[in-house]
Amino acid sequence: MNDRSTEIVKFDNVGLRYGTDPEVLSNLSFTFFPGSFYFLTGASGAGKTSLLKLLYLAQRPSRGAIRMFGQDLMTMPRERLPDLRQRLGVVFQNFRLVPHLTAFDNVALPLRLAGAPEARVVKAVSDMLEWVGLAHRGQAIPATLSGGEQQRVAIARAVIARPRMLIADEPTGNVDPDMALKLLRLFEALNNRVGTTVVVATHDVHLLKKVPDSLIMRLNKGELSDPTGALRYPPRPAAGPERAL
Amino acid sequence: MSVPPLPDAPDDAPAAMSPPPRAARLLPQARMGGLIPWVIAILIALVVIAAAGGLALRNLAETARADLALAVTVQVIEPNPDLRDQRGQAAVAVLQGMDLVRSVRLVPQSELAALLEPWLGTAATSGDVPIPALIDVELVRRASPAEIAAIETALAGAVPDARVDAQGDWLRPVYRALAALQWLALGLIALIALATAAAVWLASRNSLAQHRETVEIIHLLGGTDRQITRTFLATVLREAAFGAILGTAFGLGAVWLLGQQFAALDAGMTRGGGLGVRDWLVIAAVPLGGVLLALATARMTIALALRNML
Repeated sequence: MNDRSTEIVKFDNVGLRYGTDPEVLSNLSFTFFPGSFYFLTGASGAGKTSLLKLLYLAQRPSRGAIRMFGQDLMTMPRERLPDLRQRLGVVFQNFRLVPHLTAFDNVALPLRLAGAPEARVVKAVSDMLEWVGLAHRGQAIPATLSGGEQQRVAIARAVIARPRMLIADEPTGNVDPDMALKLLRLFEALNNRVGTTVVVATHDVHLLKKVPDSLIMRLNKGELSDPTGALRYPPRPAAGPERAL
Repeated sequence: MSVPPLPDAPDDAPAAMSPPPRAARLLPQARMGGLIPWVIAILIALVVIAAAGGLALRNLAETARADLALAVTVQVIEPNPDLRDQRGQAAVAVLQGMDLVRSVRLVPQSELAALLEPWLGTAATSGDVPIPALIDVELVRRASPAEIAAIETALAGAVPDARVDAQGDWLRPVYRALAALQWLALGLIALIALATAAAVWLASRNSLAQHRETVEIIHLLGGTDRQITRTFLATVLREAAFGAILGTAFGLGAVWLLGQQFAALDAGMTRGGGLGVRDWLVIAAVPLGGVLLALATARMTIALALRNML
């Protein structure tokens, strides 16, 4: 499934600072390849969420260069960003569900924004809600859902449009172990069957064991630790990717 | 462990090529601001009243100008009633022989007395107060100052005490005052339009700030500025239309009441201040213009604000 001939994301010496504060991310250089599964780990404050913000185009870097889907983000006009964002699926750390919309309409948003026919939207969203066990909660607004239910809605919204890259920030933080495993299998299914590149930020070391072929990125004080060279292309011949624990 | 039946991948075509989704599904049917429809209603009502007033003044001035531009008044000032009648008839004879004159009417003394009675009381009919003979002259066209002077010269031989007044001349200050009032109405309309735009600008910014989180989510999920703007404009259209209809109703009510008051005066001059079909069409365009102004302002405000977001 992994097609390493073309990169899906390429960071080149990227740094990020907020205002005049010190850099929260420094000298990030790595490459993501289509169909790969990445775990992003690191202590709190290491910069995981900031890196994810760069990946899901909520933030522009302060320096360096980023290419995504073969396009240079540094020179890309903002009018073209929606096209790229529609190829991404994002599970935000705090879910970021639209508070006024029902669970059904939240999950439907990516398809509707992309102009999908309503019949297809209804079918796809109904199936997805059924699968995450929220078919009976489709008309509930987020405020009436539990934390775990909100998280499942957020994940359903992220994967509903079969994104080319799925970015998830602590996606299993609020769900029970069974549901966590179920969601991880969904990510794997997307990765294996659809070829979606998956990037999951997590504190949960047990989660890393569940996806044997995943690659691990470690962030430490805003800098990337990649001792194996697994994130570079071509990879260092002598070193295989750092495998899941 | 089963996986869900994933939907087909979305088309790779850019969002701009796809039909935009229904606006109501992107953002809640948010209100711009609780008072904005009422503010728009008040401003539209003021514009309707100002526009109707301005148009009525214009009609009044034009009617008066048309009536008076072709008329002169000849006064024969003579205290002796017999001599005054004689000279009045002589003046009429001279005037009737002139090419420039279409018609001549010697105003009867009884009519003059009735005209003056409100000011002079019974003295107007007692004969104690000498009242000049008055001759209304209708001309075939607007007379130049030289032609007015020629009429005076022609009369001077037969009626030495005759005085010729071009009616348009003594009403010139009134015309200027009416013109000033029209400009005032226009200025008021411009100021109210500015106030409407400012109110909508503020309300749009507030509304956008209130829904900033939702707008950011929609952006991050691939929504375009166009889709977001359409959603906000749907709200602006709904609230501005409500305010415009309400304001127009209030404004028209006020105009009708004022019209009734002026009609009750039954004064010759105010009769020319009615509104014609074209005037009503102009007034009907006021709410439409108000809604368009609100939409244009909101669109510009939202577009500028979205441009500052990633």
